[in-house]
Amino acid sequence: MATPKRKRATTRADNQASSDDLLKYYRDMLLIRRFEEKAGQLYGMGLIGGFCHLYIGQEAVVVGMQAATTGGDGVVTSYRDHGHMLACGMDSAGVMAELTGREGGYSHGKGGSMHMFSKEKNFYGGHGIVGGQVPLGTGIAFNYKYRGEDKVCLTYLGDGAVNQGQVYESFNMAALWKLPVVYCIENNQYAMGTSTQRHSASPDLYLRGEAYGIPGEQVDGMDVLAVKEAGERAVKHCREGNGPYILELKTYRYRGHSMSDPAKYRTKDELDKMRKEHDPIDMVKKLLIDASILDEDGLKEIDKEVKAEVAKSAEFAQNSPEPDPSELFTDILIEV
Amino acid sequence: MPIEVLMPALSPTMTEGTLAKWNVKEGDTVQSGDVLAEIETDKATMEVEAVDEGKIGKIVVDAGTENVAVNAVIAYILEEDEDASALDNVNPGEAKSAPAAAASEDKSSSSDNASSAPAASAAPVKASGAIERTDKEPRAMSEMNKTRDEKSYTKFKTLTVREALRDAMAEEMRSDENVFVMGEEVAQYQGAYKVTQGLLDEFGDRRVVDTPITEYGFTGLGTGAAFMGLRPIVEFMTFNFAMQAIDHIINSASKTLYMSGGQLGCPIVFRGPNGAAARVGAQHSQCYASWYAHCPGLKVVAPYSAADAKGLLKAAIRDPNPVVFLENEILYGQSFEVPDDDDFVLPIGQAKIEREGTDVTIVAFSIMVGKALKAAEKLAEEGISAEVINLRTIRPLDVNTIVRSVMKTNRLVTCEEGWHFAGIGAEIASVIMEHAFDYLDAPVARVSGEDVPMPYAANLEVLALPQEQHIVDAAKAVCYR
Repeated sequence: MATPKRKRATTRADNQASSDDLLKYYRDMLLIRRFEEKAGQLYGMGLIGGFCHLYIGQEAVVVGMQAATTGGDGVVTSYRDHGHMLACGMDSAGVMAELTGREGGYSHGKGGSMHMFSKEKNFYGGHGIVGGQVPLGTGIAFNYKYRGEDKVCLTYLGDGAVNQGQVYESFNMAALWKLPVVYCIENNQYAMGTSTQRHSASPDLYLRGEAYGIPGEQVDGMDVLAVKEAGERAVKHCREGNGPYILELKTYRYRGHSMSDPAKYRTKDELDKMRKEHDPIDMVKKLLIDASILDEDGLKEIDKEVKAEVAKSAEFAQNSPEPDPSELFTDILIEV
Repeated sequence: MPIEVLMPALSPTMTEGTLAKWNVKEGDTVQSGDVLAEIETDKATMEVEAVDEGKIGKIVVDAGTENVAVNAVIAYILEEDEDASALDNVNPGEAKSAPAAAASEDKSSSSDNASSAPAASAAPVKASGAIERTDKEPRAMSEMNKTRDEKSYTKFKTLTVREALRDAMAEEMRSDENVFVMGEEVAQYQGAYKVTQGLLDEFGDRRVVDTPITEYGFTGLGTGAAFMGLRPIVEFMTFNFAMQAIDHIINSASKTLYMSGGQLGCPIVFRGPNGAAARVGAQHSQCYASWYAHCPGLKVVAPYSAADAKGLLKAAIRDPNPVVFLENEILYGQSFEVPDDDDFVLPIGQAKIEREGTDVTIVAFSIMVGKALKAAEKLAEEGISAEVINLRTIRPLDVNTIVRSVMKTNRLVTCEEGWHFAGIGAEIASVIMEHAFDYLDAPVARVSGEDVPMPYAANLEVLALPQEQHIVDAAKAVCYR
């Protein structure tokens, strides 16, 4: 390969999305936001335990990336995973019921917020150790190449994980063996409470693969269309057998790191500015209205549907029974 | 019905807090995401955001109120089509009982659960098929059940442990395309200890993969591939280096089946030399048997002979679970008789009685089996009949074989190269106390490595490692001789 392609701050080409696409992105992002708000509420009521990391603000990343893939491509991520699961098409009731630790959850209540999987939807977790999913995703891509399958693994990691040693071990092997993996760095600018400026000697995270010849791009992660467009380039690069690709998706989380984080390490103004000027859902809403695809009433209709789905999920998650005590001892080993 | 805004918990342990400030007043219109109020606990201040949109109908708890219980109603939001009259019938009262607590109460009367809680089918949202339990029958289950007693074989050949391991891998790679081996120097170099000799020539570099010296990364990579149904054999040049990778062995490989509710198995073998080699010092001489044996979700195997090595490695490769396979460098060059049959597989979880005896049971694994057998010979010369058990598998431990033997001999000596504290001997002593306490005629004796990092000097190294004579002495002690 010649000099690795390096791009910064991609500005997307004119909006190529069809009105159906835009409506889908709007609905998918709204579902994630409403779902997460509801999860926050259930957490506040003591219905969800332990750690709960919300995805509010980052919705354009997963929805845009998912739009850039085709059915069958794999997805793996860290513990801020609810949005990824919904974007993969996992059932919102099953996800919410896992958050409440119930039998109807994707892991029958044995995984929780950070550990959920759906083989059927090609979602491979949901991993609780920062950076741990990166070699795992690289291994999923190794599997695709080993079997000669035309698939790509989207491996998400945060700006905190990007300093983990195992990430570079993975970059090296993925580049060496030309594995079809897109490393999607969701740079929400805070590794828990430590800002990128304070945790990364080189804050341009899209350059982190340079030593391995992995092309990288920085993308506006609040713009679902920009994400999709960059995602398509990355996925194409992988499918053509050129090895891994890095996308740094600049995004922002509106909530704290987890539910018990008051987020005092940033100013209110910073958050308000992001919400008012860069909200990913408002952006698509504006596109829909400006292009007269839908009026306020039409949007309200979608809002209502989404709310109803989330309400049903929350109801299911509260009514599904707790796992049977006998479940304590199942799924430890596959019996031979 | 007006929407209740409840006092939220900031953590699962919070029971009450202070409502520090209202950011909205009655009559204000709010959207989801708007900050309604700030609450404080001893640890933090948090914002309460609106989840629903509407008009603030009534503020129930004033700003500055302390000790507001979690889940108490702090305000009401009126929906679009409601006016203040909707508030007439509401009664904030006491804090709602925490639904989570209610749910655990259900547990105690689980027989009522089915009737009181809506069944999944009656619930408005049907969980997708993915949540249903799936058939998780992997390949090779039928073959697994075909293990034969090794004594029933008639044809044998002499193999070193090294050759036996190589043959096991080669045979399994021939019969299953999903099996591949990866690790440092496994391909072109033919194995750092020549265990993978010849595999590259036969299977090519797609299936015999040289990795960079990055244990954490390639162990995670192998684990990810195993989640997808491949059957990686991950070779560690030695298990000392696997400490860099233990996060993926435990956190990823051993726990994911459980965390996924049975969806994602991990058919992987982690193998390589374990324990002390010779004169390589503290960082290269450690036994990890008790580390891995501690963890549910793993199987831990430690072969002694070439037959053990071949039969157990084949079983480990066919096993649908992660198997930690602890070899020993000093044994690699030793030769043993091995059944000459591609179908020779030994069951994981069964110990072998290497030598029958009546006076004392000696339990050992890996290289210590050889030392135990020699000790048994010496003991025989002194008129003590020792029974030697080769554990073969550490987890799951073959408790029955040990207990049966102790019920016969009434005395037990455990042997391991590793440290005694929380070691395998400690576990076996507990197991015997639980299952055969009344049969013991003496306290269980443990022979183990000394409680020191491995020294380099030849004389000190000998002193640090458990020797044949220690076993003889321990056996005599428990026999009061």
